[in-house]
Amino acid sequence: MAVPIRRRAADIIAFLFATAATAFGLLWLFWILWTTLREGAAALTPRLFTEMTPPPGSSGGLLNAFYGSAVMILLGLVVGTPIGVAAGTYLAEHGRHTRAAAVISFVNDILLSAPSIVIGLFVYELVVVSAGHFSGYAGAVALGIILLPIVVRTTEESLRLVPDQMREAGFALGLPRWRVTWQIIYKAGLSAILTGILLGVARIAGETAPLLFTALNNQFWSSSLNAPLANVPVVIFQYAMSPYDEWHTLAWAGAFVLTAFVLILNILVRLLARKGISK
Amino acid sequence: MNDSATAIRIETKETPDAAGAEATPGAIVMRDLSFHYGKTPALKHVNMSVPANAVTAIIGPSGCGKSTLLRTVNRIFELYPDQHATGEILIDGRNVLDRKYPLADLRRLVGMVFQKPTPFPSSIRSNVAFALSYYERLSKSELSDRVEDALRQAALWDEVKDKLNQSALSLSGGQQQRLCIARAIAVKPEILLLDEATSALDPISTARIEELIHELSSQFTIMIVTHNMQQAARVSRRTAFFHLGELIEFGKTSDIFTNPHEQRTRDYITGRYG
Repeated sequence: MAVPIRRRAADIIAFLFATAATAFGLLWLFWILWTTLREGAAALTPRLFTEMTPPPGSSGGLLNAFYGSAVMILLGLVVGTPIGVAAGTYLAEHGRHTRAAAVISFVNDILLSAPSIVIGLFVYELVVVSAGHFSGYAGAVALGIILLPIVVRTTEESLRLVPDQMREAGFALGLPRWRVTWQIIYKAGLSAILTGILLGVARIAGETAPLLFTALNNQFWSSSLNAPLANVPVVIFQYAMSPYDEWHTLAWAGAFVLTAFVLILNILVRLLARKGISK
Repeated sequence: MNDSATAIRIETKETPDAAGAEATPGAIVMRDLSFHYGKTPALKHVNMSVPANAVTAIIGPSGCGKSTLLRTVNRIFELYPDQHATGEILIDGRNVLDRKYPLADLRRLVGMVFQKPTPFPSSIRSNVAFALSYYERLSKSELSDRVEDALRQAALWDEVKDKLNQSALSLSGGQQQRLCIARAIAVKPEILLLDEATSALDPISTARIEELIHELSSQFTIMIVTHNMQQAARVSRRTAFFHLGELIEFGKTSDIFTNPHEQRTRDYITGRYG
């Protein structure tokens, strides 16, 4: 019962090709991590997290940028998540089999793939122009709008993965729809929904274009959301374009922290997803 | 429409058998019941009286409409907009297919257990308490008494009494299915619908559930859909044979299996098709 040589050869070639392709993909990730680490190593000290962005020629950290990013991501999350989960629930549960849901789902997909700079310009017109100045609020709104379709999509898909039998079992007990959704369907789809939200956070953490038009940047410490707010992506963008070496190093360090943050979020997502499956 | 419905009712009141069945709590009377998936008919003009406090088995080849029949009794099909039932299903003398009949009342009256065990992703206790605490205001101790009662009735109590707070998903398939039965009978329905409830289980779990069905039949009207003819013969008092959406033959289980009147029934139970 020996396997014919041709099949074995095909197997080995397929295996080598798949391995090579994987290695090629991973190469870039490690290259990016390694480069940002090497170039930013000099700035990767506790001062990175305790000092403000410095003026040219002196040393400092990125505290204000980390703070601004964290606040805007959090606020975007607070705005985008409940609306996104509610809309996803409508699409997967209440609006099932309806034309409206199909149309909304389609429009949501368009929003999902809209270039983030378009969303930045939109919020610029909507918030920045009408308020008369750049602000952290505007940045948070832009991030929330980018997050929204991601959460809608992943919520819809996670809920669709919950077998219909689970719903039927709930309805067969005579429970009303909201109870079936809240106490059965959400519980069954929880880890998948959380996974989607975390992936959304990973996505907005690195968004630069929408913040350029909305939060702009701030050289100094400012906790006011009603004023221009420092943030990591825009600081990286500005410092990397500058002629100063200290700023370059800080930009590299910021890039490293951002990449590591997204990587850790993604690993967290994998762990959550695995827990969901083993359940 | 209304006139003819009343006419039928008066007519059947004169037939002693149907009138008797209609009056018994828990008995189910189906009149001219038809069902469509979109435009495809799945049940054609079914007339059938399911006796109270007994097991009635529904058999027939795949796609004959036997699961559909169960799904009309608790109107679970209404979740899907392209599915429609016409005719009447009388429970305790009232037509439950009437849109005005409240769904929550109907589903409290009629429990259902599905082919695959469907435990909710929560603890064993809350699986049983879930619907119970929705329907009745109970104190904590009353609630745990009722949960215990239901689990005992479903012959599951001894296996789970020390781990009521553990996830229901940690139970074996057979235990999960008995948990689903406990969950269904906790709200004290009159009718239990079992849709191939043992087809995903091993022989030992199946035997336990059959035993359980037998015990429960003194208190509940049980309709069981099964592919397994031995099972139908073992657990049921009456058997209905369906083919292509039509009720071909309905009678005492012993008659159906030993002396069927219809050629199609004979062909099916002797394995000629199915």
